[in-house]
Amino acid sequence: MSHITRRRALGIAAGAAGAAAGLAVAGSAVADAPRAAAPAAGPAPASFDEVYQGRRIQGGPAHGGGHHGGHHGGGYSVTIDGEELHVMQNADGTWISVINHYEPVATPKSLARAAVRELQGAPLVPLTLG
Amino acid sequence: MTVRKNQASLTADEKRRFVDALLELKRSGRYDTFVTTHNAFIMSDTDNGDRVGHRSPSFLPWHRRFLIEFEQALQSVDATVNLPYWDWTADRTSRSSLWAPDFLGGTGRARDGQVLDGAFARSANRWTINVRVDGRDYLRRDLGAGGRQLPTRAEVDSVLAMETYDMAPWNSSSNGFRNHLEGWRGVNLHNRVHVWVGGQMGTGVSPNDPVFWLHHAFIDKLWADWQARHPKSSYLPAAGTANVVDLGDTMRPWNDVTPADMLDHTRHYTFDTAA
Ligand SMILES: [Cu+2]
Ligand SMILES: [Cu+2]
Repeated sequence: MSHITRRRALGIAAGAAGAAAGLAVAGSAVADAPRAAAPAAGPAPASFDEVYQGRRIQGGPAHGGGHHGGHHGGGYSVTIDGEELHVMQNADGTWISVINHYEPVATPKSLARAAVRELQGAPLVPLTLG
Repeated sequence: MTVRKNQASLTADEKRRFVDALLELKRSGRYDTFVTTHNAFIMSDTDNGDRVGHRSPSFLPWHRRFLIEFEQALQSVDATVNLPYWDWTADRTSRSSLWAPDFLGGTGRARDGQVLDGAFARSANRWTINVRVDGRDYLRRDLGAGGRQLPTRAEVDSVLAMETYDMAPWNSSSNGFRNHLEGWRGVNLHNRVHVWVGGQMGTGVSPNDPVFWLHHAFIDKLWADWQARHPKSSYLPAAGTANVVDLGDTMRPWNDVTPADMLDHTRHYTFDTAA
């Protein structure tokens, strides 16, 4: 099994491409937004660091590239017990993760909490290819 | 000729052959390549970036092509097998024959969501979840958790009535038929069904649950139903749209098929009822 580092890299590239598209479509509202790939022009979501149902959940600005790259979270990264949860922000500002992919929630913190409930104690694993 | 039937009308022999073909694809490793492909698109399709499989106009032709490829894999195991569809407006409870032990098995137990009956239960040792986002290697479900309801026929009809295929900005915030069917906006059809099943079906690796194919076969049929109802409406956008698959653009990962190639399902299969 190998970590999908190539896909992570592609994901970051797609985020960068998304910035250009956002500029083209939404004009200055997006141009002024600090987070390149963030579709919504609202304020950046707050950072958080708490223990929820026995799991440490953290969220905040991603430290560009690397293992904890923000992917499509618009430069925002979420971890559960230190392992990255792949998150994505929708055009309307709501959030989904790879664990709760089809049910948007309002904030990255409620997204992390939903993932903890869904995991029922199981660890996140870096996505592996059989 | 492939005829896709309503799962509720399958004979015992058809169910057994379908399940056996799934188990053989799983054993050979071919099944998991479909899960991997799906999750790669789930993770890379974004509202403001490149989007092909989801949250975009090509959601429907992409999944049509994906299902055809999967159905062909099943048929390479057993040529008599076709993909059935699950009309969740009709078979809308966990007591449906779909979830019986001779077909897909039932919901998961409360403690850990594990499916315990049927061929896909972990204990049968023929359905290990290999492509996964967490440590659990068993199929999980939580059918109708929290009192959630599947979409009704009236809700489906309200979406089928929409004349325009898709609209700018061609993503999860769009108005129009495609995004209402996908479920990011409005009454929510496709997304809600993933959530209603729960377990892996709520995640990016949703094809780990065989019901994925029956759900998408019905979504695909609803696209055909919509075409029949709106013969003057066509796939949009037509051309020149950044990050989006236009009518004549090729779709990843195949790179040799366009939405235009996928508009007429009868070149590949028909349904048991007129679309
Ligand atoms: Cu999909
Ligand atoms: Cu789906």
